[in-house]
Amino acid sequence: MARKQQVKITINGRASEALVEPRTLLVHFIRESAGLTGTHVGCDTTNCGACTVILNGKTVKSCTMFAVQANGAEIMTVEGLMKDGQLHPLQEGFKQEHGLQCGFCTPGMLMSSLALLQKNPHPTEADIRWGISGNLCRCTGYQNIVKAVQYAAGKLNAAAQGGSK
Amino acid sequence: MIPPAFEYFRPTSIPEAIALLQQHGDEAKLLSGGQSLIPMMKLRLARPGFLIDINSIAGLSYIKEEGGFLKIGGLTREAELEASPLVQTKYALLMDTATVIADPQVRNLATVGGNLAHGDPANDHPATMIAFAAQIVATGAKGERVIPIEDFFVTLFTTALKHDEILTEIRIPAPPPPPLKTGGAYLKVERKVGDFATAAVAVQLTLDGAGAVQKVGIGLTNVGPTPIKARKAEDFLRGKKPDAAALAQAAQLASEQAEPGSDLRGPADYKKGLVKELTKRGLSRALERAGTSK
Repeated sequence: MARKQQVKITINGRASEALVEPRTLLVHFIRESAGLTGTHVGCDTTNCGACTVILNGKTVKSCTMFAVQANGAEIMTVEGLMKDGQLHPLQEGFKQEHGLQCGFCTPGMLMSSLALLQKNPHPTEADIRWGISGNLCRCTGYQNIVKAVQYAAGKLNAAAQGGSK
Repeated sequence: MIPPAFEYFRPTSIPEAIALLQQHGDEAKLLSGGQSLIPMMKLRLARPGFLIDINSIAGLSYIKEEGGFLKIGGLTREAELEASPLVQTKYALLMDTATVIADPQVRNLATVGGNLAHGDPANDHPATMIAFAAQIVATGAKGERVIPIEDFFVTLFTTALKHDEILTEIRIPAPPPPPLKTGGAYLKVERKVGDFATAAVAVQLTLDGAGAVQKVGIGLTNVGPTPIKARKAEDFLRGKKPDAAALAQAAQLASEQAEPGSDLRGPADYKKGLVKELTKRGLSRALERAGTSK
């Protein structure tokens, strides 16, 4: 019954277009229409944060938004982190500090951590825990995720200082 | 989980949205932040045939002081409250509340208007707005009307909004000037970040020049079919010096007005006990804050 609608969303700088039912969730558009499967569907009930993406500069749970709502928006997913074959300092931090075990929550963790560091380049441990409070990890106990974000903050800040000289 | 099919509309003006509501009747539903509605649609607890997305209507997102009120546009996101210097410095109760609603991602989308219009007694803003003695502005085909918050929550998931009305503004009375002193607090017990409250209490009070309670509002979250105004506790405190004995008695009266059910979050008696303790602590914190403000 529902008319399909043409939706165009820019994901990691590349436009994706598809004709979708209004009930198509944003996460399914990202995974199936745009073919970017780094963003995960976890709980599908707005709890776990595995589907977190950055939409027009703000983190959202892409399982709790319709693709039609994001028509015209700019989105960043985990695939947008790596540049020129180089891991983003956050990705490197998660690797170095063992910030993941099974890895299922990691794409969402990375997006929430990135949004946090963009807003607050010098977060305390409490700030980091607050920043990832909408993301659940069942493996790590969060300790190594916190260390990973601290690693990335240190590296980004060192690069920023180096760049300003 | 994919929700049942629906027709989607994205009006760009209030009259257009109201016309769509009138055209599609009971089968139509407004989509604001969607952080309650979309999960409910996935679970088939809500099955709107027509979804009217109001996010493209300009001019419904603002936080400003005007005419003795803090005015909040219906589409204002929870994250915008947290980031507002005005809220941070002058409306502690609202700041407390905004920071414990759901989680950061949800707060980036969820709206203040939606949190209230949803009519869920487990949501956090209802009790807060009761404590503030706020007003709700509803806009319909014939214009605006103002609804006092105490008349707004009718029953579970049901508010005083008519089918073709949109919640466009919330008005919170601004704190009165010195020598009157005002303070507020929201205390919530939740199992984990993102959960609904096991119980929560909102307190807002104003002391007169002699240190007696001139105005007091107490709202209770998730301990009944609607958010509860703890009227007996408020009546008891008004005009009194807020000493320890008065706070303890007010806390007892508030817990007596709570009507929680037993569920996974705890037995009813435990929740009543929580309301008592949270009311006492909420009043104490509000008093501290009143004392430290000018």
